[in-house]
This record gives sequence, C-alpha cells and structure tokens, in this order.
Amino acid sequence: MSDFILEMKSITKEFPGVKALDDVSFQVRRGEIHCLVGENGAGKSTLMKILSGVYPFGTFDGSIVINGQPQQFRHVSDSERQGIAIIYQELALFPELPIYENLFVGHEIMKGRIINWNETKVRAKEILKRVGLDLDPATKIKDLGVGHRQLVEIAKALSQDVKILILDEPTAALNEADSENLLNLLQELKSQGVTCILISHKLKEIVAVADTITVLRDGRVVTSLNAKERKVTEQEIIKHMVGREIENIYPKREQVNIGDVLFEIKDWTVVDRAANREILHDVNMQVRRGEIVGVAGLMGSGRTELALSIFGNAPGYDITKGEMYLEGKAVKFKHPADAIQSGVAYVTEDRKGNGLVLIQDVKFNISLPALEKLMHGLVVNEHEEITMAEEYRRSFDIRTPSVKTKVENLSGGNQQKASVAKWLFAEPNLIILDEPTRGIDIGAKYEIYTLMNQLVSQGMSIIMISSELLEVLGMSDRIYIMSEGTITGELDAQEATEEKIMALATKTTEGVMA
Amino acid sequence: MKTARVSETAAHGGLGAEIRSLVASNIRDYAMYIALVVIFVTFTIATQGLFVSSRNLINLVNQTGYVAVLAIGMTLILIIKHIDLSVGFVAGFLGAVGAILMMKGWNVWLVIPTVLLCGIVVGVYQGFLVTRIKVPAFVTTLAGMFIFRGLLSWVTAGTGTIIVRDRTFLQLSNGYIPDLPWGEGLSFHLLTLLLGLVMVAAVIFTQIKQRQDLKRYNFATTSPVIFVAKLVFFSLVIMAVTWIMATYRGLPWTAVIVAVVLVIYNFILTKTRFGRHIYAIGGNAEAAELSGIKVKQVTFLVFASMGLMSALAGILYTSRLASATPTAGLGFEMDAIASSYIGGVSVGGGVGRVTNTIVGALVIMSLTNGMNLLGVDISFQYVVKGIIFVLAVAFDVTTRSKAKA
Repeated sequence: MSDFILEMKSITKEFPGVKALDDVSFQVRRGEIHCLVGENGAGKSTLMKILSGVYPFGTFDGSIVINGQPQQFRHVSDSERQGIAIIYQELALFPELPIYENLFVGHEIMKGRIINWNETKVRAKEILKRVGLDLDPATKIKDLGVGHRQLVEIAKALSQDVKILILDEPTAALNEADSENLLNLLQELKSQGVTCILISHKLKEIVAVADTITVLRDGRVVTSLNAKERKVTEQEIIKHMVGREIENIYPKREQVNIGDVLFEIKDWTVVDRAANREILHDVNMQVRRGEIVGVAGLMGSGRTELALSIFGNAPGYDITKGEMYLEGKAVKFKHPADAIQSGVAYVTEDRKGNGLVLIQDVKFNISLPALEKLMHGLVVNEHEEITMAEEYRRSFDIRTPSVKTKVENLSGGNQQKASVAKWLFAEPNLIILDEPTRGIDIGAKYEIYTLMNQLVSQGMSIIMISSELLEVLGMSDRIYIMSEGTITGELDAQEATEEKIMALATKTTEGVMA
Repeated sequence: MKTARVSETAAHGGLGAEIRSLVASNIRDYAMYIALVVIFVTFTIATQGLFVSSRNLINLVNQTGYVAVLAIGMTLILIIKHIDLSVGFVAGFLGAVGAILMMKGWNVWLVIPTVLLCGIVVGVYQGFLVTRIKVPAFVTTLAGMFIFRGLLSWVTAGTGTIIVRDRTFLQLSNGYIPDLPWGEGLSFHLLTLLLGLVMVAAVIFTQIKQRQDLKRYNFATTSPVIFVAKLVFFSLVIMAVTWIMATYRGLPWTAVIVAVVLVIYNFILTKTRFGRHIYAIGGNAEAAELSGIKVKQVTFLVFASMGLMSALAGILYTSRLASATPTAGLGFEMDAIASSYIGGVSVGGGVGRVTNTIVGALVIMSLTNGMNLLGVDISFQYVVKGIIFVLAVAFDVTTRSKAKA
C-alpha cells in the first residue's frame, strides 16, 4: 500500500475568466493532520470541492488517487463511499431534529423496510462518546451550542466509517475552550487512524496540531512544510501565504489632502440577537476628510457587520453600546435612508445579491438612492434621469449599449462601476466600499482605484473593506485590522506590511466570541 | 416604451427582420392580445354573433369592471412579491356593509366614502400583520378570506339577500354617462363619440412625443412604417369600440370609473417615486432596503391600496347585482390574480404594468361571459379558467427563462 492515503495530481480548474487552480498537486499521508492554508480566494475551497465530488469528474483536469486507486467522483456520494467526509463552515444539521436522527440521516439503520430507531439510539450514544460528548441523543440540535454542533457534525462523519475527514474552518465560530476541545478531538481521531485535512486561518492552531502544512496562493501550491521534522513558525507560514511579487496596479494619488475628522465611532458594540453573541466589541474608528481608510481582516472577522451596523441596516443586530459622530455631531441611523440623508453611502460586497436591482436598467439603478434629486412635483423627470445616467456612463466609462440596458446584461466590472455611480449620485461625504474589486478583472480594478483616488482628492472620505491585502496596502492611507469582531491593530500605510497585517488578522483575542 | 426593447440589430435587417425581432422581444404582450382575439373569434362564431352584439359588449364591460379594479390593486401586490387571497370576500363584505347602510337610510354620497374608508382600514390591518408582525401575506390573507367570508354571512344572516334601491348607486354599474344637449335627436351618443376622438388624439400625441424623446437620446426606435401601422391599428380599435358604445346607449359609468383608476395607478407606477420603489422592492428587496427605501412602509401602503380597491370592487359588484348576497365575492381573488398574471406580471416579482393587467382582466371576463352565453356548466367554467391561468404562468416562466439563457 502506498504511503499516501490521498494524492491529487496536477489539478487545474478554470471558471469563466479565472484559473482557480493551476496544476495543483496535493499529497496526504495516512493518519496525519494536514493543514491547508492560504488567503481568501487562494483556491482551498475549490480544491476540497473537487475532492468531495461537488465539482464532478470531467469538469477539471488532473487526477485523484486514493490508496493507489485512481478515482472518478461524479457526485458527492461517490466520495462518501470512499470514506471522505467534509464538514463545511455552515453546518448542515437539521435544527429541529434530535441528534440521533441527524447522525444517520441519509444512512438510516433499517430493519427490513422500516427504520430501527432503537438500534439508532444505541449507536448514536456510542458515537457521541467517541467525540467526547456525553449528551442525550434525543436532544434537538437547536438546543446545542455552536461548539457541540460542530462535534455532532464530526460524529456524523464518524458514523459513516470515515477515512479522510475534511474540516473547513471548524473553529471560525467557536470560542477558545470549544476550539481547544475540537483540536484535542482531532488528535484523538488521529490516534484512531483517521486522516484529517484542516482548513484554517488561525495559524496558532495550525502550528499546534499540523503534521504537514500546505500553502496555497493564487491557485498554486507554494510549498508543503513538514511540521513533524522541525518546528514551523507562524511567521514562516505568513511569509509563504503573502509572498508574491507586487505588481504596480495601484495608481498614485496626485496630491494627498487629508483634513479634519469627518466620521468616528467609539466603543461600537453589536450583538447578534438570534445567536445572543457579540459580533462587534468596542470598535473604535476614525476617518478624516480626503482619507482612504482600509479595513483588513479575514472572512468572518466582522467587517461587513461593522459596515451594515454603521449604515443603519442591521437585521437581527442590536447596537448595545457606543456612539457614532459625523462632523463632530452624534448621529444615529435607524434605517439606511437616515444614513443616506446624512451623506453616508455603502457599496455592498455582493452587488448581485443586495447591491443592484438586476432586472432593471442602468438609469433606474443609478437614480434609486437619490430619486428626490430628479423629482418635479410628484413626477420623476425621466429626461434629467437619462442625462444624469449618460453623464456617469461617460465619466466612469460604464460599457453598456445604453442606459436603458438591464444591469443583468453588464459584465461584473461594469456592474461594479454602476453600483459606485449609484452612490455618487447621492452625493455622500463618506462612502463605504465593501470588497470593491471582488470578481472583476485587473483592468476594471485599475479603473475603480483611479476613481477612488479622484473621489478623495475632491474631499470625500472612503472606508474600504477588503480581503485582498495588496489592495489594502496599495490604496489606504491608514489601515485597521479586525479579528473576531474587534480591532486588533491600526497601522499607518508607511509602516504596514503584509506580514504585519496577517499577524494581526490571525490574532485570537480572549473571550470575545463567548 | 415598448419600442426601446427592439434590439439594435433589427434596424439594419429590413422590415421582416424588425417584425421578427419585435415579436421575439414582446412575445408576452402579443400572446395576450392573440389570446383575446382567439377568444373573441371563437365565441362570436359559437354564439352566431351574439357575443359581439352591442348589448353583450356593454355587458362585458360592466362585468369586467369590478375584476379590473381588483386586478389593478393586485398587480401592485404581486409586483412586490406578496399575495392577497382575501380580496373577494372583503369586496363581498364591504358591498354588504354599503347595502345595509343604504337600507338604514344613509345618503349614497356618504355611503360610498364610508365603504372606501372601511376598505382602507381592512388593508391597513392586513398590511400591519404582514409588515410589522411578519405574518406571511399568504397566511394573513387566507385568514382574511375566512374572516370576511364569515362576516359577510353574519351581516346577511338575518335578511338574506339585501336589495339595493338607491338609483344613484345602481347607476354605477348599470348606467351610462349623460349626453350633451346638442346630441339630442342624433342616432348616436355624441359625448361618447367625442371622448373616443379625444382618446385617439391623446394616444397619437403621447406616442409621437415618446418617439421623439427616444430619438433625442439616440435610443433605438421602430421604423416609421411599423410606427404608423401601430398607431392606425390602435386608433381603429378605439374608434370601433367607441362606435359600438355610441350607437347603443353611450359610455357606461363603470368604464369611466375603471379608466380613472387605471390612469391614476398607471401614473403612480410609471411616473412617481413611489412607483419606482415598488419596482425596486419587487426586483430586489434587499438592494432596495440598502438604497434607503423603506420597504415595510411601501408594502404597508400597497396593502392599504388593495383594501381600497377591494371596497371599490364591492361597490361596483353590489351595484351591478342591485343587491348584496351572502356569497358575493366568491372566487374574485382567482380572477384578479389570473388577470394580473395573464397581463404579464412576473411570478418572480418586479415586473408588471396595470395597463396590461386590464387586458388580462378582459381575457378572463370574456371567457366567463362567452361561456355563460353558451350555457356552459359553471363547474366546467372553473376548470377552463384554471387551465388558462396555469398556462399563462407556465408561458411566462418559460419565456422568461429563455430570455435569460
């Protein structure tokens, strides 16, 4: 038998316009804990989706070999049959059903044609013990905490005689104690012969448990480090994660003209009502006139929640503490309409999901937040609307056959320009850009950056939330770094480096998520 | 606006190509008109001409009235992706309330505003449940359907059918506009004919203005031949309908009421900020909220407007039957929803026009009217209407998914 339980050879996967994985080879030894790290968008999830059969055989190049046998997974069930189980960040449990039903859903223990519930409950108890849970199997999932749910997910995988267990950011939503508990369990499973692939952003955990660390960057394997032979440090991983050549795609601002403080939040604390947990804790932030402030942090660090809570749209959130000041005056936004009225705009991270009305045309979308500017009495003046939209089309170079073209027919970059145009029409003083260049090509990125520079030189202020470190470094005057709902650091553009940001973004603080 | 949907390539492909492209991009609207023509031709032949007699066509207009106003209100509800199942019995109940008030001796000019106000109250109640308490509209209005059905049988329990005798009230669904003094002795209704001519002039004027605007901003327009052909066609249809009415007893009051409601709602939807907000919410409610639109408030108002339209429908129906009956309103919601969907409201929300909804209402009510003339059994009528309804939606879903691909 081969030393490797799993080999993925020369995997290449392309999406329209993007090479998500480029000739990736990935080998996992029997019975090890293999950590997969990389920035957001490096290709980790794509690789795991190929392994689990979400992207079926034939939609990618390369081969998967398990125990020396080449495999062709056409469906998730094919990989399950080979003992591969994947546990995603968003758990796939049925909250209204008891633990024992969840454990065997889809693989019910049968007695003839009916389900053998007695046997199910007995087996459930045994499996729960294996993951260290001493719970009544009849407990409903909704009555469990996040940490216990995570363990139930693992128990579910174990019930299927799993050989390779893949965990995608299992500790992202867990507090310290639960995280440690989970990592101990992984060590325990390893001793029982289960191979684990762990995807995580928390480098501290990785250096603690990993036998091998594979670093992905821009769809390629950068390196595979053997952590059993020698101690791998967090710094070393960070260097591999970010260490690429810096291309000069960030236009220089002609003149930096930073004025007094325009916007400030103090001790901003927000609670998610449903989960009854703090998602933002004592956030302090200042933005000056004519300044681009970058907000860096990993997914789930609370950046979008921060933007939404500032903008007055926090469904299910309560702002339990803190004040917000605009031009020195305390303000409160109960609805995005209030924020817009006060000159704050928010370009969402998901332009298709909640940014644009795709089935409407370009001019409809641009005029939406500030229709009152086009009102003549009761009537929206369509002539002025067309003239205005044409102006934005020209000045932003929005490539569309006409301003009466539906937005769904525009390319991603042009949709993004339309979303920015929409907010500029509302004449904000402060504009929050959430992932302004996600999913658009280099050329369109450059245009967005140029536009941002123009805006701040006119005296506008920008908060730019971004997962792309280079973008944050290239565009910001000042950078806040968030982790687990708190600001873990503030850096000046001059002193900031990718390593410093990564270190702060992966810093775990005590107690915040509890 | 239709002209804007013609693709640019058509401009270079000659008349044949332009017509093909027009048909391709407006297939939904055309299908509705074709259905209407097919229904008219079929029933005309089957009834040996009785269907298109002046008397029956006027009858059709009066029958369509109450469904048309319900369908206009329903179009807004469906655009923002909600539904109102209670409209039938709300209309029935409020009609009965009006009849009772008149029986008690209230003046008709006091009764009508009171009933309309009650309609708004009902809409406010349902809007409150949907937006504030977050009970899904389907549940809220299904419950409303039971509540108002119950209330209707309760208020009519003692008396059974309540006869309405007020002449003004009866005019609403059975009367005609008075003629001008100079029309006396003519073989046709002068004012009706004049109104028809005014309408033709208005259509020609607005169409030419729209075309000029499109040209001014360099948007694609149809070729002059098609444009003139369309104008001539519309003018002929309007004049034909006008002539039929003018040579009978003139324009029915119902048509006037529906026309006023239609003009107001069309104005609101196409010209005002509120209309923009409705389309934005239907297209993407989350994006609308994040653009500063108060989604709850708009939803609330749309339900209030639906209540108002239900009350108006109740008045028209009661006037038409000259009585309030314990089963008034049965199945109206089906006719109203079907009219909207046949008229091109998208099941996915965000799309729909009240002007087309009216044609949809005409399709549904011509079917009803024609089948009644032929003496088709009422049970079978339900089956036919159900099939037409589901076909219309199936057609909508398939044409839209093709357009996307």
